[in-house]
Amino acid sequence: MIKKLWRYTKGYRVRAALATLFVMAEVVLEVYIPYVMKDIINVGIKGNAGVAYILGKGALMLGLALTSLTCGALCARCAVVSSTGFAKNLRQGLFFKVQDFSFANTDKFSTASLITRLTTDVTNVQQAYMMGIRTLVRAPMMLICATFMAVKVGPQLSGVFAFAIPILGITIGVLGAAAFPKFQRMLKKYDGMNARVQENLTAIRTVKAFVRSDYESERFCGASSDVRRAQVAAERLIVLNGPIAQLVLYSCMIATCWIGGGAIIAGTMQEGDLMSFISYIAQVLSSIMMIMMIFINLVLSKASATRITEVLDEKIDITDEKANKELKVSEGSIEFENVSFSYSRDPNNLTLKNINLSIKPGETVGIIGGTGSAKTSLVQLIPRLYDVYGGRVLVGGHDVREYTLDNLRDSVAMVLQKNVLFSGSIMDNLKWGDADASDEEIKRMCEAAQADGFITSFPNGYDTQLGQGGVNISGGQKQRLCIARALIKKPKVIILDDSTSAVDTATDAKIRDALRNRLKGTTTIIIAQRIASVIDADKIVVLENGQIDAVGTHEELIETNEIYREVYTSQQKGDE
Amino acid sequence: MAKNETAREIGRGGSKFRRPKNAGAAIARVFKYVSEYKVRMVLVIIGIIVSAAANIAGTYLLTPIINNYIIPLIGKQNPDLSGLVRILVLMGGIYLAGVIGMYMYQRIMVTVSTGTLLRLREDMFKHMQKLPLKYFDAHTHGEIMSRYTNDIDAMREMLSQGVPQLINSVIRVTGVFIMMIVLSPLLTLLALAMLGIMFLVVKLLMKKSSVFYKRRQKMLGEANGYIEEMIEGQKVVKVFCHEDAVKERFDNINSRLCAAMASADTWASILMPIMNNLGHFHYAATAVVGGVMLTAANPAISIGSLASFLQYTRNFSMPITQLSQQFNSAMSALAGAERIFELIDAECEVDEGSVTLTNVRRGDNGELVETAERTGLWAWNMQEGGNVRLKELKGDVRLENVTFSYDGEKKVLKNVSLYARPGQKIAFVGSTGAGKTTVTNLLNRFYDVQEGEITYDGIPVKQIKKADLRRSLAMVLQDTHLFTGTVMENIRYGRLDATDEEVIAAAKLANADFFITHLPQGYNTLLTSDGANLSQGQRQLLAIARAAVADPPVLILDEATSSIDTRTEALIEKGMDGLMAGRTVFVIAHRLSTVRNANAIMVLENGEIIERGDHDELLRHRGKYYQLYMGMFELS
Repeated sequence: MIKKLWRYTKGYRVRAALATLFVMAEVVLEVYIPYVMKDIINVGIKGNAGVAYILGKGALMLGLALTSLTCGALCARCAVVSSTGFAKNLRQGLFFKVQDFSFANTDKFSTASLITRLTTDVTNVQQAYMMGIRTLVRAPMMLICATFMAVKVGPQLSGVFAFAIPILGITIGVLGAAAFPKFQRMLKKYDGMNARVQENLTAIRTVKAFVRSDYESERFCGASSDVRRAQVAAERLIVLNGPIAQLVLYSCMIATCWIGGGAIIAGTMQEGDLMSFISYIAQVLSSIMMIMMIFINLVLSKASATRITEVLDEKIDITDEKANKELKVSEGSIEFENVSFSYSRDPNNLTLKNINLSIKPGETVGIIGGTGSAKTSLVQLIPRLYDVYGGRVLVGGHDVREYTLDNLRDSVAMVLQKNVLFSGSIMDNLKWGDADASDEEIKRMCEAAQADGFITSFPNGYDTQLGQGGVNISGGQKQRLCIARALIKKPKVIILDDSTSAVDTATDAKIRDALRNRLKGTTTIIIAQRIASVIDADKIVVLENGQIDAVGTHEELIETNEIYREVYTSQQKGDE
Repeated sequence: MAKNETAREIGRGGSKFRRPKNAGAAIARVFKYVSEYKVRMVLVIIGIIVSAAANIAGTYLLTPIINNYIIPLIGKQNPDLSGLVRILVLMGGIYLAGVIGMYMYQRIMVTVSTGTLLRLREDMFKHMQKLPLKYFDAHTHGEIMSRYTNDIDAMREMLSQGVPQLINSVIRVTGVFIMMIVLSPLLTLLALAMLGIMFLVVKLLMKKSSVFYKRRQKMLGEANGYIEEMIEGQKVVKVFCHEDAVKERFDNINSRLCAAMASADTWASILMPIMNNLGHFHYAATAVVGGVMLTAANPAISIGSLASFLQYTRNFSMPITQLSQQFNSAMSALAGAERIFELIDAECEVDEGSVTLTNVRRGDNGELVETAERTGLWAWNMQEGGNVRLKELKGDVRLENVTFSYDGEKKVLKNVSLYARPGQKIAFVGSTGAGKTTVTNLLNRFYDVQEGEITYDGIPVKQIKKADLRRSLAMVLQDTHLFTGTVMENIRYGRLDATDEEVIAAAKLANADFFITHLPQGYNTLLTSDGANLSQGQRQLLAIARAAVADPPVLILDEATSSIDTRTEALIEKGMDGLMAGRTVFVIAHRLSTVRNANAIMVLENGEIIERGDHDELLRHRGKYYQLYMGMFELS
């Protein structure tokens, strides 16, 4: 995982290395200060070297502190630049990856989860990285240098470290290993509890309508108590760390005083040495505490790193690497040859079975079928939003997999059932279809989609700003804008997936009429709930449970197909 | 795939670096929560004092150890080490007490902090359940969610680390300061000067960084907004082959974010090394001044005292560094606490109603007798001057001159009057925003009318307790929400004491039984993330089953069958008829076929009823309904 994330530090590695170097220099200088102090005591005072000597050494110490400060500040700057750069690369990597996702990839992650991964998780990893190049270098470096200096100052006392460091190492290792799974359990419980809250927020009307507040509160309190239990279990282990580290270090202090005291009395050591040694012990203590702190934070950010790599590792299942880049869609014929399809790629769970269908260029085809009859699944195979499981789909006489995705999708426009408009002006949104389209052309297509009328009725016309998701226009208007946007692509095939459900029947008829007359030669596929929307199609496909039940014109199907007749009569009651 | 984190909402730029509006009030409020653990907090403070005192005392002992037990013995043959042993044993004892004190306070603090968070979360959730819908209209889910995640997280950090560290730091600084004065007043003056410098530096850096943070937060908001919009519209981006354009724009935003972050974060993270090295400065200065003092003929300080004092300079600067570091997270935790309290303090749904709903049976003389069993016969229990009066629930609903506005400005309903006699089916037709759903929202008092009155069996709905009012009405809403749990549990949501058989009967009535039995585990199939594995139509069938199991006297169907195809709708028609039989029903429907057999159809436009009558009357009238029916106008 670390290896994978390491790739994203590219371009900022020099800064990271500099940060590491600066922090090392800072540590060395910091550690050197008590060593100089020793000379003040041993030589300056006891050796009666005089005030000048003391001041000289003092100036050296202040100089060291100043240099150390500079190094520390430079390290902070380098660490910040490299970690924000890393975050930038990572965010870009994730975003680009998500843009490359096929529909099947997108289905695997929920939208909210993807957004969390790109925002909160990236921030967590960024902080961990910054801590990594600063503290994770600083603390062990401090440990090593302080130990080294301590041994240098008082070789007689080094036995103390030989005893203390392994004990501390083992303590951190054992506690860490024991705490890690407990922290993960805690995070999982956390997610469970948050899911409860989220659910209550989205379903607040249902909760209130059924007067279930007490019931929900009870369930939440259960989840919340679970979190606390897991939290207590994890944190109780971690709080052992501080006292143990202190116990060991205090023992070292006492041992130092005893052994060092003996050495001074015996004349093999000086007071200044003992004082420096004690300073070093304090530095060792603080560096060990720091290591433990980082450890906890790294555990917490590991979950974020895992979620990020999940996205980065996701295998894109639709690519056009093998496609013929020169091949363009020449005409709008569509052919399904023995197509089967499964979302889970499981032969026992086929969404579409044995689909054989032939559509000529310029034909208008209606698709009718009940909820779950796989109408949307069928048409999604045409612009290759999903890949077939068996058989093949041909557009313009070639297997869709032979085209590059850009070439294919430029020629096959699809108006999705769950459609989205983006923040920006109406014009910006329409230009998604073709950035180079002229104003006249856009207006013409909007007229065809019966959108020009309401657009020009807005005070700002085509420059009207839409909120995110097109919140400030009605459902029917949104659908017509989406159709216009698709028409501006001037596709060979246009697919309308229940795209006029919020449009009244009269306007619906006008749109179909415009498609037929103004866009001659464009193959049109219409999925609809209303028979009225497909009644004048060249052929109507009746889907039932992922299979084609019948194909024919309205008149033929009324005669021969039972399902079609049922749908027709169920709607006749309303729409005489 | 980790599905659970779907619940985690976006941090909207993270909760860090926000400032509380009134830090004092927030602290007092948090303190109130913590004070539930009075005894434990006393123990925590004792533990911290013991641990800090042991640290200070241990360091102080260095003076006598060096001055009295080591230096006098230098050069002696067979020195008497018993004094050194004694004082080292004393030191050991003090340190041991310190370690025990530390373990004690840290362990108790775990109980206190997790307990406090538990209470806060529960208070927040329970209060949230009582909030009026208005609150949820005014706050996004992400906003409310981030109180449970980001804000509680910040509080957790503050309680488990910040608070003990704060107490610890204050005690240490005070203790060290006292010891410093004892050891050397002159060197203490030096320490005070250093302290002043440190405060100045902190203040300067804070001021600098806050300017950059504003820009950073703004950029973060922009970047997160773009990410959100593009990921939500990702399928559209793909269909239009717009990936490259989107990537390019993202690159631009991302680079600007990176630059803003780098400059803002630099100011914040430069603080730590500066403070740390100022500590070294102090150490060096003390060594020099102390050293010069020692060279004097009659030194005002001993070597041992200087040794201790040097240790104290470290103990002095460290807590201050920590405090300055904690400042940002403490501020953001307090800002988080304020947001949590804002939710806890938000005004509850008012409920001044006193009339309750009760099960009754017919007594021997046909009078109503209250009973605990479920009889299918209901009555309003009206308390009048201590006397109980039962009034049979019939389902007679009237709106009289009702005017309503969500925001106090735009009137959504204007002077609407209508009535539904018991057992009647009343339908509402009209375009989005005409006020159809608002009528039903007012019936069950999700919102309260501003003018006019709604009565239920002659009782103004304001006098009925909300819970009882809502129990008498079952709603099938436009958007079906399912809960994590089995299909069985989800249907049973309508009535918690329904038996399995009753649930299955309701599912059959709604024609949901067929697809449920085809699910992998039938009725025991687990639904996750709002039933993402079901189609919209299937979810609506479950919602209808849920209402059927609730078996209420009045039914509200708000676009209940909009996602069900017409053929399935025809299939469940019989079930729906069964469900509606004998009940007062309010129907909002897009498809006019659904409302055809209503006793009365109200055509709403701009908050007014412009036409009313049954289907045939309205067709003869040749008004708006006729036009809608003929497909001349657009709905939705």
